[in-house]
Amino acid sequence: MAFYIFRRFVNYFILSAIATCLAYVVASLALDPASKYYGRNPQPSRQTITNILNGLGVNPDVPVLERLWNWIVNLVVHGSLGNTVGGTSVVDQIVSRSGVSLRLLLIGSVIGAVVGVTLGVWGAVRQYKFSDQVVTYGSYLIFATPTFVIGVLLMIGATALNGAAGMQLINFTGEYSAGLSGSWWDLTADRAVHLLLPTLALVLIGAAGYSRYQRSVMLDVLSADYIRTARAKGRSRNQALVRHGVRVALIPMSTFFAYSFGTLVSGSIMLEIVFSFHGMGEFTLNAITQSDINAVAGSTLFLAVLVLFSSTLSEVLYAALDPRVRN
Amino acid sequence: MSLLEETNTAGGTPVVTPAPGPAVPDVISGRTPLSRGRLIWRRLSGASRFWVGAIAIAAILLWAILGPLLYPYNATGRDPLNMGLGPTQLHWFGTNNIGQDLYAQTLVGLQKSIVIGLIAGPLGTLIAAVVGSVAGYMGGVVDRVLVWCINLLLVLPSFILLVILSPLFRGLSWVFLTIFIAGFSWMIMAQVVRSQTRSLRDRDFVKAARYMGVPIPTILGRHIIPNVASLLIIDATLGVVASILAETGLSYFGFGIRAPDVSLGTLLAEGTSAAVTRPWLFVFPAGVLILTLFAVSLIGDALRDAVDPTSGVNRD
Amino acid sequence: MTNLVSVPDPSAPTRAGDPLLEVTDLSVTFPQRGGPDVNAVRGISYRVHKGEFLGIVGESGSGKSVSSLALMGLLPSSARVTGSIRFGGRSLLDLNDRQLSGIRGREISMIFQDPLSALTPVYTVGDQIAEALLLHDFALGKRAAQARAVELLKVVGIPAPERRAKAFPHEFSGGMRQRAMIAMAIANDPQLIIADEPTTALDVTIQAQILEVLEKAKDLTGAAVVLITHDLGVVAGHADRIAVMYAGKLVENGTTTEVFAEPHMPYTIGLLRSVPNMQSAGTERLVPLEGRPPSLTALPRGCPFAARCPIAIDVCRETEPGLLVHGVAVPNELALQLPGPARVDPALAGPTLADLLEVEHVAACHRSDEIASGLLTRADVFPRPAPLAVRHSEALAAAEPVLSVTGLVRHFPLTKGGVFSRQIGTVRAVDGVSFSIQAGQTLGLVGESGCGKSTTILEILEMTRPQAGRILIDGKDVAGLGRAELLRLRKDVQIVFQDPMAALDPRLPIGDIIGEPLTVHGVKPDARRGRVAELLDLVGLDPQMADRYPHEFSGGQRQRIGIARALATNPRLVVLDEPVSALDVSIQAGVINLLEDLKEKLNLSYLFVAHDLAIVRQIADTVAVMYLGRIVEYGPVAEVFARPRHPYTQALISAAPIPDPVIERSRKRVLLEGDLPSPTEQIDGCNFRSRCPLYTLLADSDQALCATVDPVLRAHGQVETACHHVERNDLAISASLAGREDELAP
Repeated sequence: MAFYIFRRFVNYFILSAIATCLAYVVASLALDPASKYYGRNPQPSRQTITNILNGLGVNPDVPVLERLWNWIVNLVVHGSLGNTVGGTSVVDQIVSRSGVSLRLLLIGSVIGAVVGVTLGVWGAVRQYKFSDQVVTYGSYLIFATPTFVIGVLLMIGATALNGAAGMQLINFTGEYSAGLSGSWWDLTADRAVHLLLPTLALVLIGAAGYSRYQRSVMLDVLSADYIRTARAKGRSRNQALVRHGVRVALIPMSTFFAYSFGTLVSGSIMLEIVFSFHGMGEFTLNAITQSDINAVAGSTLFLAVLVLFSSTLSEVLYAALDPRVRN
Repeated sequence: MSLLEETNTAGGTPVVTPAPGPAVPDVISGRTPLSRGRLIWRRLSGASRFWVGAIAIAAILLWAILGPLLYPYNATGRDPLNMGLGPTQLHWFGTNNIGQDLYAQTLVGLQKSIVIGLIAGPLGTLIAAVVGSVAGYMGGVVDRVLVWCINLLLVLPSFILLVILSPLFRGLSWVFLTIFIAGFSWMIMAQVVRSQTRSLRDRDFVKAARYMGVPIPTILGRHIIPNVASLLIIDATLGVVASILAETGLSYFGFGIRAPDVSLGTLLAEGTSAAVTRPWLFVFPAGVLILTLFAVSLIGDALRDAVDPTSGVNRD
Repeated sequence: MTNLVSVPDPSAPTRAGDPLLEVTDLSVTFPQRGGPDVNAVRGISYRVHKGEFLGIVGESGSGKSVSSLALMGLLPSSARVTGSIRFGGRSLLDLNDRQLSGIRGREISMIFQDPLSALTPVYTVGDQIAEALLLHDFALGKRAAQARAVELLKVVGIPAPERRAKAFPHEFSGGMRQRAMIAMAIANDPQLIIADEPTTALDVTIQAQILEVLEKAKDLTGAAVVLITHDLGVVAGHADRIAVMYAGKLVENGTTTEVFAEPHMPYTIGLLRSVPNMQSAGTERLVPLEGRPPSLTALPRGCPFAARCPIAIDVCRETEPGLLVHGVAVPNELALQLPGPARVDPALAGPTLADLLEVEHVAACHRSDEIASGLLTRADVFPRPAPLAVRHSEALAAAEPVLSVTGLVRHFPLTKGGVFSRQIGTVRAVDGVSFSIQAGQTLGLVGESGCGKSTTILEILEMTRPQAGRILIDGKDVAGLGRAELLRLRKDVQIVFQDPMAALDPRLPIGDIIGEPLTVHGVKPDARRGRVAELLDLVGLDPQMADRYPHEFSGGQRQRIGIARALATNPRLVVLDEPVSALDVSIQAGVINLLEDLKEKLNLSYLFVAHDLAIVRQIADTVAVMYLGRIVEYGPVAEVFARPRHPYTQALISAAPIPDPVIERSRKRVLLEGDLPSPTEQIDGCNFRSRCPLYTLLADSDQALCATVDPVLRAHGQVETACHHVERNDLAISASLAGREDELAP
């Protein structure tokens, strides 16, 4: 089993590596890092611009594959991803920003998965009853709403709530209140409050997807022969559904976890920007607008590593849940 | 399940299996069993959410087409006397801070979003159908290469891919945006089509065609694609939703539709900064968008339930 | 009164005292959204006594499974169940799920058809058996339950039970899974075991083993058994009583001997006559039972069998007959028939319908009295079709064989892993197979699933260069042919598949399906339409139906469409891959007769792949028995069946049930041990050694020969056999198809 997972890991590793390289090449071709210097007033000399571009390793006159090679060598040998156009180290940026992003992503997706799976099982067992219908229509409403709209609507709601309460119950701009000082506990509580709305938005998105999928898997399982066998042995219907049904229905969820991860990553990137978090989402989108090739490459590498780990985790879960793949 | 032996659940509820019979042409007498198409239609027309979705989407389409004709303001003109106003009788959805009418803008944006969705959704499905069926049927090296490409495209979220590629279609018309959206939305469906094709390939009627010497493109067109058609229709429907979502997302963050073009995404982007103080600028376009996508999702879901007997029925 | 107490069948246990299970007027209806209700079971009544073995026989859709699920309370919640089920003094229909779950698994247990999907894939087999124990015995500890589970696995004959208890269901073979199901069923010493088609998905050799285990389980627990099956052969040897179901009703109920020897209901007669009997097969034509059961949503007035019944009279189309005793005088007040809700009153004084069922042989037919009294013989009810004009055309010895296969080999590498796959073994699916088929002849290819017979025909039909060996079609070696020549050759070889539903594209009208082979050869649409009409006529379908879709046809009709498609290009050889095994028994005879007719009419050759030996004996001229990728016995059908020489052939023939209780109970069996070994195993010497019943009887020196030398086919008379010890093989008892042919079977 360890070998199986190792093999899958290597497979994802290769895929992620190639995807990152491709992203580097595409970004190098699509972005024109020189343009922003030409737009400056006073315009720097051609030589100055070339020097800057060479310094960043993004000079378009150098063949793109050569630049890619240099980038890879730099990464492998020095552990460096180059500098941003602002002159800071990409690695430093990622290190300081990733915490913000990962915190949101992890908390949001874990709670979303738990809530979604629970709702899905519950909906399947109570199929077509009122509560099932509410969950079903609710998740379609969430599917129909762009992530940033969910974020903004939550903000409007929180503002209304704050207004009604006459005080700042829920702070939602930025990841912490600027200038706040106090004990560790105060600071943590402040961050938690700031995290509330974006996390809620992410939980809604995750739970909507998980609940639909879990519900349909669970419905398949409800009519499975082994549920009937378990009941024929003397399990009551509900016992059989929980002991045998839910356990089996969780298996495909591990695969769905990997699939849904992309959606959650895009969602959390959008939410970071909506809620003005200085995370990887902001870094990535700014990189594109500033034609910052190194920053784009760095953030795609970051995402690829995330995907690599989530895919491997999903394989581990799969193997843990399903004895049929273990050997 | 042995109940299947007695009752066929293809209809969701037990339907009597047409039992084996003799050469006597007794199908002529007696009730003809429902064809698959008729069965799907019967189940579809019995689902209330299908009708809710269908009527809503018909109304929205009519509104998007006729609405601007029946309204005195256009999307770009300014009303200097009424700047930054809330909804009034004059300006149904209010105006923005330079006096443009939001109702007119919303309708124009809606048109653009719908057109993009209607093109990109089915286009993505088409790509998925071709890639998936070829990979699934051919197997071997072709399959490995195609699956590998699919997996590669799936490593990064397609939103990020589109953002990275956005400089490529920045100066071009919205048509290119549409094509790019379609180009990054087919991968998961292609995997589904591929796995369906692989099981169809081992079905006897496909084997029979192969043993007769029917050429591969003919087999794909005659046997494989028609047998996954229902899946494809569902995917195209839900693809409309996904494409509109992708478009609004990109436009909202400044990577999609750009001025002077207007889409719901750009409207929402403009409205966000004032969302708390002048909510109509955000809430109206958002509401129209959500309503449209919700209606299409309902149709898609009803279709899925009608086509897949196991998706909607609890046979405990 | 006295005439009711007839002498019970001597083999049946005494039916004295209160019955263990009493089903009275049980009906099950499935309401349909936006459609008429499905009346799956329509008022059936029967009793099962302690230790009794009841066989419920019926075709698909007869309601036999639904009625037994109703006993267990396992029907979907949407089902409406009425009537009464009394078990051990309790009325089961009045109990809720919690109360029922105290009875299920402890007093009544059930064995299901498909043992793979019936076991939870994520728990070990041992855990699942232990679960059954722990659920009903709270005092039992986990370790004790595990130990008992291991014991139970041993009881049902699973080798190395300690190790096997820790295995997951997917690591078990089909037969082993079914044994595990039986272990689970007997875990709590139930009083009643319901087995729902427990052997349907299994090979004959495994089927014989499982039935043996079931008998053993019955003896151990003393439980009564209700065996639900479509196979008359299976019940013939085991059941004390038989209940025949048709269209949701019981139509005949009696002791096994009575029902087989003197069936009173035309449907039972038709069933019995349509089944090919391995003893008589090949000597006479099969008796087809035309038509199909009525739709359970729209039952016609009168007897549901009337439309298919050759002796139906006006009254049959008017009123539905109830279960009655026939052939003996019955007091009027006992003739309580028509178990409609209004007619059966539990409080009714005096003997009731259930009492009738107690001892008597009852049947539901208006004309049963005539049948019982001998006025109508079984041959009158279902006459045997006239024999073929020319019976089995003589082989033209000199002519080139249509198909000749020499030393065919197909090995599959067994690999592990995706990116860095490595070969961990070889599947020897086909391992040197040779046979040939002359024009107008039929070769039957038989063997258990996994023996390589499917791979063999796929290799022939793919028409690519084999890994080793040669395939000659019409004398041409397929390996050396170009595209155009191959296409021409494909005209001559066509296939009919097992599952008539899967073989026809549901999206095409049958005219297009039948005409598809012609499109490849550039036949114009007009000509194609003409040919399609011709073919439909040939297989006995109305040419008008060409524009209908496959789902509008019944299974038997679909198989005829498949046959028509195979004949479109005027082939010389038709490969028939289990062409009737997916069809209901009553339909099989008609299709087999059609195949025989077509063969004579068109001078076709058949390569007939099957596991049903009776059907092979019926249709084939030559038979080849395959085991693990090899042919172990090859010769004229009559000779092989009369005197099988290879121990494997003997076991196969002996495992196949014969639908005749007299023969079935008296014959001795050669039972095979265990399952087919994995074709990846490299077995030295004879690869049948591990299961060979003869091997165990041999002296050490003779065993050494089997263990070291791989036997090759050697001629023994007209038959070639791959066994070192043919002359010493005295196991031929099984095959002593001694009994008289003909009229032993009805």
